[in-house]
Amino acid sequence: MDILNNIFAGQIPIEAYLGVSLIMFFAGVYGFLSRKSMLMILISIELMLNAADINFVVFNRYLYPGHLEGFYFALFTIAIAACETAVAIAIIINIYRNLSSVEVGNLDQMKE
Amino acid sequence: MAQQIIFFILAVVIAVFSVMAVTSKHIIRSATYLLFVLLGTAGLYLLLGYNYLFAVQIAVYAGGVMVLFIFAILLTNRPGEDLRKELAVRRYAAGLTALVGLAFCGHIIYYNVKKVSSLVAQSDLTPQQLGHTMMGTDKYQYLLPFETISILLLACIVGAIMIARKR
Repeated sequence: MDILNNIFAGQIPIEAYLGVSLIMFFAGVYGFLSRKSMLMILISIELMLNAADINFVVFNRYLYPGHLEGFYFALFTIAIAACETAVAIAIIINIYRNLSSVEVGNLDQMKE
Repeated sequence: MAQQIIFFILAVVIAVFSVMAVTSKHIIRSATYLLFVLLGTAGLYLLLGYNYLFAVQIAVYAGGVMVLFIFAILLTNRPGEDLRKELAVRRYAAGLTALVGLAFCGHIIYYNVKKVSSLVAQSDLTPQQLGHTMMGTDKYQYLLPFETISILLLACIVGAIMIARKR
């Protein structure tokens, strides 16, 4: 196992970080496709956004040390993700008030 | 060596809890596992030397977003009721999609990325440097995105209140 040898000798290789974010991203993809509750879908989206953040920061640190583009991109992504979560949860609470359920299967009537 | 051990622990925590977060039956447990994943991510940022991003991740994600999630779960969940699953065929299709994507991207990362990676030491980011970068209008400075984010936050507050208020 090349990667394991690399991890425990010398520095941490970039593909170890990318592997972690890869697992996180595809866990998010699985949750997004396999769950009915809108809150679970939102949690999956958070996982995917978080994996993208890790990638930005890792590429910045390894490929462009001394620059700050990836750093700021991750920072602004965190702010946008917080906005998106707040609006999505407001929508979900509104839907729950109208339909008494947060499952995506019941969402064929948005406005009557 | 200590760095490798810390990275290994964080990687295992993130991988295990992110899978558990999307497969758990109770939604409140999913939110708790998501919290662990976010804290592990903050640890990775600290390991990479970005202390400011670590603080932002803890405060915004592990603090604010998680409180929103738990608030929403408690408002919309009927106690004692498990989550209903999708149809079995859709779940298998989702798992297949995720596994195929994982194998594809893992193959690319394993065979292509190692050619370009090397960790060069960099000096610590000072708060002065961060502030100047965020508040300048030159090349590689980010005043415009910063102001755009502030307008986005304002729009988000107004929108969330308008959507969620009682009529």
